[in-house]
Amino acid sequence: MLTVVTFLPLLACAVLALAPRAVPDRACVWAWIGTAAADLALVVALWAGFDTRGGMQYEQRVRWMPSAGVGYHVGVDGLSLPLVAMVCVLFLATAVYALRETRRVRTFVCLFLFLQTVSIGLFVALDLILFFVFFDLSIVGMYFVITGWGHGERARAAALKFFLYTFTGSLALLLGFIGLYLAADPHTFDLVELTRRNPLAGQGLYAGLVLLAIGAGLAVKTPTVPVHTWLPPAHTDAPAAGSAILAGVLLKMGTYGFVRIAMPLLPGSWRHYALVFVVVGVVSVVYGALVALAQTDFKRMVAYTSVNHMGYVVLAVGAAGTLAGSDVQARSLAVTGAVVQMVSHGLLTGALFLLTGVLYDRGRTYRMDAYSGLAAHTPRFAAATGVAAFAGLGLPGFSGFIAEFQIFTGSLASQATATAVALLGILITAALFLRALRTLFLGPPRLPAGIPAAGVVDLRPSEAVATVPLLALALLIGVVPRFLLDVVEPAGRAVTELVAR
Amino acid sequence: MSALLWALIALPLGAGTVLALSGRRWNGYVPVAALATALAALGLAVAVAFARPQVSAPLFAGVRAGLRVDGLSAVMVVTVAAVTAAVLAFSAGEMGPGEDRGRFFGVMLLFAGAMLVTVTATTLALLLMAWELMGATSWALIGYWWRQPRRAQAADTAFLTTRTADLGLYLAAGAAMAGGVGSLRLDALSFAGGGWLHLVSAGVVVAALGKSAQLPFSFWLSRAMEGPSPVSALLHSAAMVAAGAYLLLRLHPLLTATGWAGPLVAWTGAVSALALGVVAAAQRDLKQLLAASTCAQLGFMVLAAGSRGVAAGTVQLVAHAAVKAGLFLAAGAWLTALGTQQLPALKGAARRLPPVGAAFTVGALTLAGLAPLSLWAAKDEVLAAALAESPGLYAVGLAAGAVSAVYSVKALWYVTRPQPVHPAVGPATGSAAGPAAPLDRSAVLPLWVLAAAAAVLGVLALPGPAHWLRALLGARGEPSPHPWEAGVSAAVALIVTGVMWWLLPRLPDSARAAAPWAAGWLHLERAAHALLVRPVMALARALAVFDDRVVDGAARQLARGGLALAGLAGRADDRGLDAAVGAVAAGARRLGSLARRPQTGVLHQYYAQAVVGFAVLTLIVLLVR
Repeated sequence: MLTVVTFLPLLACAVLALAPRAVPDRACVWAWIGTAAADLALVVALWAGFDTRGGMQYEQRVRWMPSAGVGYHVGVDGLSLPLVAMVCVLFLATAVYALRETRRVRTFVCLFLFLQTVSIGLFVALDLILFFVFFDLSIVGMYFVITGWGHGERARAAALKFFLYTFTGSLALLLGFIGLYLAADPHTFDLVELTRRNPLAGQGLYAGLVLLAIGAGLAVKTPTVPVHTWLPPAHTDAPAAGSAILAGVLLKMGTYGFVRIAMPLLPGSWRHYALVFVVVGVVSVVYGALVALAQTDFKRMVAYTSVNHMGYVVLAVGAAGTLAGSDVQARSLAVTGAVVQMVSHGLLTGALFLLTGVLYDRGRTYRMDAYSGLAAHTPRFAAATGVAAFAGLGLPGFSGFIAEFQIFTGSLASQATATAVALLGILITAALFLRALRTLFLGPPRLPAGIPAAGVVDLRPSEAVATVPLLALALLIGVVPRFLLDVVEPAGRAVTELVAR
Repeated sequence: MSALLWALIALPLGAGTVLALSGRRWNGYVPVAALATALAALGLAVAVAFARPQVSAPLFAGVRAGLRVDGLSAVMVVTVAAVTAAVLAFSAGEMGPGEDRGRFFGVMLLFAGAMLVTVTATTLALLLMAWELMGATSWALIGYWWRQPRRAQAADTAFLTTRTADLGLYLAAGAAMAGGVGSLRLDALSFAGGGWLHLVSAGVVVAALGKSAQLPFSFWLSRAMEGPSPVSALLHSAAMVAAGAYLLLRLHPLLTATGWAGPLVAWTGAVSALALGVVAAAQRDLKQLLAASTCAQLGFMVLAAGSRGVAAGTVQLVAHAAVKAGLFLAAGAWLTALGTQQLPALKGAARRLPPVGAAFTVGALTLAGLAPLSLWAAKDEVLAAALAESPGLYAVGLAAGAVSAVYSVKALWYVTRPQPVHPAVGPATGSAAGPAAPLDRSAVLPLWVLAAAAAVLGVLALPGPAHWLRALLGARGEPSPHPWEAGVSAAVALIVTGVMWWLLPRLPDSARAAAPWAAGWLHLERAAHALLVRPVMALARALAVFDDRVVDGAARQLARGGLALAGLAGRADDRGLDAAVGAVAAGARRLGSLARRPQTGVLHQYYAQAVVGFAVLTLIVLLVR
């Protein structure tokens, strides 16, 4: 079942690639929408059959390279299922948004179908090498999206930077994986097996070096300060759909790695170096928010808020590794909050980047001061962006609050100072989103030079269908979070216990 | 029964969302629908006030989202629902068919719904959710006329200032969790262990002071005046600012448990009441005067909460809600009818629209603290609690009461003057002398209801009703004012009123606008800009440059270093390794060509070479042997 969910998009990609040239572009996009919808339906079925107390489920094992200890092993638990669902929702939204794409549509669709398989595969992988393969392939796929459909020459430079930077990170990750492999006896890359055996228990420096390699690799992908500077150019120059996937899905690969690999496999070193992660998290929160506040380019600003939002996740997982002063309830709140933040950020930042694409489509620039009073021309677009911005600043009633409240409440006990500093993040985020809303949408109406008012139409149906459901889902999680928390909480508690052992 | 409570909060929140999303589509029906919702909510509020239901649902692990109506909540829900209904009834005339009524009425209902959740929540998590939702809806309401940049800026100021204070509640939630109150129940917060108790109290106090626009947060309320008048009427009376006072009244055991929080809160309230009272007296704009007076009157509630006067604070809250809502609606009616809110230009306004003028007069006299109107009685209760705490608090409170008479009389004096023959202001701002638009009947009724409530709510301070109220709030044994205290405050209010009434016509116009620091709200906003906003923006810009040049620069340098290294390796490869290989090859070639030299193909040369060879061999053999 999981294999079907994972490889269905790749199958569609293959069919489309081999289909005759006569197939029109629109048909390709509709094929993508159909595939994404079918995949989402399968995931909903998985969710319906998921036992919240059952740990790892829908597992599948196939021998792959037994001599090297590598196998095809997939499965989902409360950490990965919500992320898989989020990935499917976001790809479906992106597919609908892509109905407006006109350039080399078939290749575009194929690339995204490939990326979807890669993304789902990463979240269901239970083998380190399988994880690594998907981790690397995501970089390759996104590289081609940015070079091929980004904004001109700058996009190629940004894509190269993105590729080299994150690829270097992934090499560090591979080094760490090999370190884990060598420590296990008999040697294996199987995640479940490694989690059970805890091979690096009591191996001080060696375990620390492995954590350093894995931590550095994941930190680049997340990204955290100071290894985040590939993110702004990649986002600014990527097409809207690419940005949505990059921020919504690819960044989660880093943070997911922390809760799936770094914490359960290296509990001792994680506890020992928890403070490092806390500090990196807090710096990312405040620094990311402050730098975002100084941006004049809307898309770049949204990109920097990702650094801020991912900082909360790193803070939470760091605090969950600090046993002193905190109880199990607080620590599992922090981990649960971290996972909810991944889902929430995927939905919200996906919506924000798609809406940013709408802004560029209408005004041909991301510069905020080029616009004013857009709400007069595009009330629905203004309303959708306003809702997305308020959800992004952590307003209660949306998913961001459910995540951040749990992170703060769960982290304060063990990391009081750091958490108190990180609280400033939600204030700065509020300031920057309100300022952006005011500059773009409020005040007397004014458009960028050379853009006729008649050309600025409100949110089109395909754009609305792509973005509004994402916001609605964030609202649903914000108002009745139990359906999500029932799945995440047991898994969060399990991670907490694994770290504490 | 519990269904009633769910309905009470679901109705305004649900209807508000629907209306807000509908936009202008059903502009004609929206006011009726909104009023019907508000009235239904009022009915539900009265029902739950008697039934006292309690509901809860799981929210986070170990934290529930609970709603409960106890004595204090019962008073609050009825107050909130009643004022909301009155304000919405008035708004139908105020927000004409040309306005975006769906957005206005929808967000108003959301705002009121958030306040209803705030006053019934039993856990900090749910309270914080409603608390922040209220802040966000206030942003949308203050910035309702978003085309004017200053209004949008005012909305930002209000939201950011209150959110700054709200961080206190996030901190309090985390501290409560750390202190062992894993349920985050409001009634358990005072049991937080260790030093966490102090952090919980500090967080709650900061959040409440921010929401209630007490010092030093007061300036956002001045900016909040940029919203439509009905927004001010609701925001300044039963919702938003009242939430801060409510929270302090609700959590008074927490304030008592720490020792320092009670006095701090009481003194902040007292000083705010006095200082913002002076600010109010210095204003020339009616809405600004009323806004500052809100801060001052809320100061009394905060003073009461800090002095363990829960009943006193509650009476003050309810009475003030009725008074202030009425006053703002009257000011709004004049603004709509006469196009101005400047006091000199409003001369005679009360005479031009007598129904509004009468309601305003009752409200202003109540605000002045004249006996036997409601705020006089309420304030005496507060002062009795303050006196039990410390005489200094009582003295400051009494002085603040005297100042409230000053600003109330100032407002009243202007609007009741005979109309000037020559309007003092130009046509741009309008004038009371201009033709007044007729007032809707639907607008007058809520005004009068509020005015009547303002006048008579003082009965809650009479011995019988006061006893009942204390039993309701579980606040038995709180000090009641002695007759001499009531007499003193009544006399002070009466004397100040008289003196002001005599003095005002004799003051030159310039002197009526007092010191600039008071007229400018103590320059609090300027200070916030200078001390916080500008440094943070400068830091942000500096960090952005740092990010580009240093952090990214380092990465770029690393890449450049890699390239340079590759170039170096390339050169080493070319000039070192490859050159060595070339040199070996060249050497071999040279050796080869050297070796070719003897092969001349000429026989006699070969013989000669052989002879030389033999000679050398022979020589070696001879030498070696």
